Amino acid sequence: MEKGTFEIKLGLAEMLKGGVIMDVVNAEHAKIAEEAGAVAVMALERIPADIRKVGGVSRMSDPTLIKEIQEAVSIPVMVKCRIGHFVEAQILEELGVDFIDESEVLTPADEVNHINKHQFKIPFVCGCLDLGEALRRIGEGAALIRTKGEAGSGNIVEAVRHMRKVMGEIQGLTALRDDELMTVSRKMGAPYELVKTTAELGKLSVPNFAAGGVATPADAALMMQLGAESVFVGSGIFKSNDPKARAHAIVQAVTHYNDPQVLLEVSTGLGEAMKGIEMKDLPEEQQLQHRGW
Amino acid sequence: MPKKIGILALQGDFAKHQEMLWLLKIETILVKKPGDLHGCEGLIIPGGETTTLTKLIQKYNLYEPIREFAEEHPIMGTCAGAIMVASTVDDHRIEPLQLIDISVTRNAYGRQIDSFITQVDVTFLQGPTRFKTVFIRAPKISNVGSQVEVLMELRGNPIMVQESNVLALTFHPELTTDPRIHQYFLEHFFTI
Repeated sequence: MEKGTFEIKLGLAEMLKGGVIMDVVNAEHAKIAEEAGAVAVMALERIPADIRKVGGVSRMSDPTLIKEIQEAVSIPVMVKCRIGHFVEAQILEELGVDFIDESEVLTPADEVNHINKHQFKIPFVCGCLDLGEALRRIGEGAALIRTKGEAGSGNIVEAVRHMRKVMGEIQGLTALRDDELMTVSRKMGAPYELVKTTAELGKLSVPNFAAGGVATPADAALMMQLGAESVFVGSGIFKSNDPKARAHAIVQAVTHYNDPQVLLEVSTGLGEAMKGIEMKDLPEEQQLQHRGW
Repeated sequence: MPKKIGILALQGDFAKHQEMLWLLKIETILVKKPGDLHGCEGLIIPGGETTTLTKLIQKYNLYEPIREFAEEHPIMGTCAGAIMVASTVDDHRIEPLQLIDISVTRNAYGRQIDSFITQVDVTFLQGPTRFKTVFIRAPKISNVGSQVEVLMELRGNPIMVQESNVLALTFHPELTTDPRIHQYFLEHFFTI
């Protein structure tokens, strides 16, 4: 019997497709998310919009809170750890969380290395800005990729940029001859074998989700139409004035992302979305997307 | 053999079933609303999260249309799909379709860290005598009705069962490259 192999990690990522993963900071939020139809919850100390406001070092949640969330819901519980902080990851594995997000939303613990994710029995998800970064993370053992977007911004523009970049680069790869792939691998700083596999498949070898800035059902459907296979929603739900209704609307928008009739219906009368930040008001040093490489 | 099979595509690994059916030269329809069942000769309910599936089946009024469809057409459910076709589930959050007389326990093996892959003996399939079974946060079938036939077992627990036109599996044949279970469904559940 095998346990903790890459194939098993990938299996869970497959089950999360066509769904919404919602950021939660406590058991009460987690129940709201599950009730609304989330496929998983993402536990973190503070949602990204509050991390921005509070400042300071942002770390893995207290295991007490994570345990409460695990007990409150039946859906998979994902938890964020800091980039490169493999001890936080060890603690999370010991706690039996279902997925770890090695996330740029928390303060990086290592500015050079990410976690060697092959060493763990539970799956990891990592963010990316482009295909090279996605393939580096897969090379380290990530079983799921999400485009980074700009967490806590309530602005979809960065998520769109990153998803278009990744999808465009994949499409570009499929048009190349085999003898051109090594050069691409060198330019992208990505493992040659993974460049080759991606070119052959015409898609990533692991599921590809979107994150960072989703605030409305339309935002979620936009990411799906651009090629995302599921959507992470952070501050967008619990920073809106009716989280329950918005969460359920976003779940429906992801399922019916190609159905304008449903999208119209679920977008109507939701109340105010989170306020959001214009990217020009967010200096580069305050952008979370540049953490990680 | 049927020509066109519907796959419930509200959430989950429906694309994996689609790939498997394409491999077997079967057309697929992704079912998201009741009208999509029109033209399907059978329906597959894939893996995914049953709380999400319950919510979306309720919201898009699919309970009655699927039940009516199941009166005349074959249904196959894998993992979450097996929970959804069961008659009872140990969790009030789930409203199953009650298409087969089995009771199911969710996440019965534990969390993701307890997910596993193992080879199981099969007697009813041609070819190799073992099938690679993938269990992801899988349920267990805790009870089977008198009319239910157990096709596969793991350590004494039923993992693949059938009753008239409904087939339920607690694992994921769609995550393997072995199409024999899908083939079995197509060959034995469609009589014309």
